Amino acid sequence: MTPPLTQADIDGEIADLHKDCDGQEANHPPRDFAPYRSSVLRHPKQPLIMVKEPEAVELTGPVFGVTDVTALDADLTKQHAGEPLGERITVQGRVLDRAGRPVRGQLVEVWQANASGRYPHQRDDHPAPLDPNFTGVGRCLTDDEGRYSFTTIKPGAYPWRNHVNAWRPAHIHFSVFGAAFTQRLVTQMYFPNDPLFAYDPVLQSVTDERARQRLVAAYEHDLSVPEWSLGYRWDIVLDGPAATWMEEGR
Amino acid sequence: MKATPSQTVGPFYGYALPFPGGGDLAPLNDGGGITVHGYVYDGAGDPVPDALLEFWQADPSGDLSGAPGSLRRDPVTGAVIGRHGLDFTGFGRVPTDADGRYALRTLMPGNGYISVCVFARGLLHHLYTRIYFGQDAFLDGLPAHRRETLVAVAEREGFYRFDIHLQGEKETVFLDFG
Ligand SMILES: [Fe+3]
Repeated sequence: MTPPLTQADIDGEIADLHKDCDGQEANHPPRDFAPYRSSVLRHPKQPLIMVKEPEAVELTGPVFGVTDVTALDADLTKQHAGEPLGERITVQGRVLDRAGRPVRGQLVEVWQANASGRYPHQRDDHPAPLDPNFTGVGRCLTDDEGRYSFTTIKPGAYPWRNHVNAWRPAHIHFSVFGAAFTQRLVTQMYFPNDPLFAYDPVLQSVTDERARQRLVAAYEHDLSVPEWSLGYRWDIVLDGPAATWMEEGR
Repeated sequence: MKATPSQTVGPFYGYALPFPGGGDLAPLNDGGGITVHGYVYDGAGDPVPDALLEFWQADPSGDLSGAPGSLRRDPVTGAVIGRHGLDFTGFGRVPTDADGRYALRTLMPGNGYISVCVFARGLLHHLYTRIYFGQDAFLDGLPAHRRETLVAVAEREGFYRFDIHLQGEKETVFLDFG
């Protein structure tokens, strides 16, 4: 049996892969990123096939409306009888397409661990307490300016067995729909200055430092609510073309 | 503007994203329904029990306007009440089960294919593919040995099998829309 991977092994692999990509612009992580062990058998090895069809189904997308959400869905602190434990936060931002236009009336879904870093999921069995007053699931529709807003608590870091002493930095999972299926995005929002960033192969799978920074929310004092919550701003830019408009040169 | 990078859906989406009836696109009692089912496999040929598949498709007339109401909530209790079974929303979302299996009950898309978006633990950036039900000009442009990975196999009346191989000899053709 090979000895278990240490953080130093993972750090070395990440450093090598980052060196290979040095300075190259890349908006998304490569699907083949070995320090994230689960990626090894789960990425295609054949190149993707480019599709250039103005009639492609994927240039349109599913629609969501007021029947798909309720007002309570955007406040993760009000979904149970009592108040959840932890630091209450407001997370707000805009969803834009890559031309900078607001993505209106589209579904934003979030899920996250509780303040102790625990998910109410069978697979998460590490010894941190569940919070009976926190499920950690929210959703909302973007408004006419493309804005979304959630009230929640700051999630804790959690261990995940990728290697010995592997810890995920605190993050909120986001699932976002754009105007087209091609703009679909599932990602994670991180909190500024988390000391775990450098050790996390999931965040570090984004090899371009500038792109990595785009996953980190900004603390915004004006978004903090006196005596109530701390404010974080995080804007999301969706990739991919849509049928409703054509980009230059397409 | 520069895109926000993708990150994996991770292992813990199961209590957040799937919803009851997520694979039932066809309104109840609507004639001509089809079932599409299959497995998701990794590069070792093992089934993937923690993948999430999303589907987007035209209705039988080829109409792509869709409809809201896939994730309908009760405005009083906030509970998920599911689809009302009247509109064809065109959108499906199905997590693979412990066997790596999924099933979709829908209507035949008027323009020949169902678009699929694949998320999974271990997959840092989702993948797109398509389920075709027969010959298509798009398929003609693919290498012959890979073409069949996009074609559902008719099993019996109204039942189709479509497996997704993330990696390996039978690797599915995945698409990039630029
Ligand atoms: Fe997580």
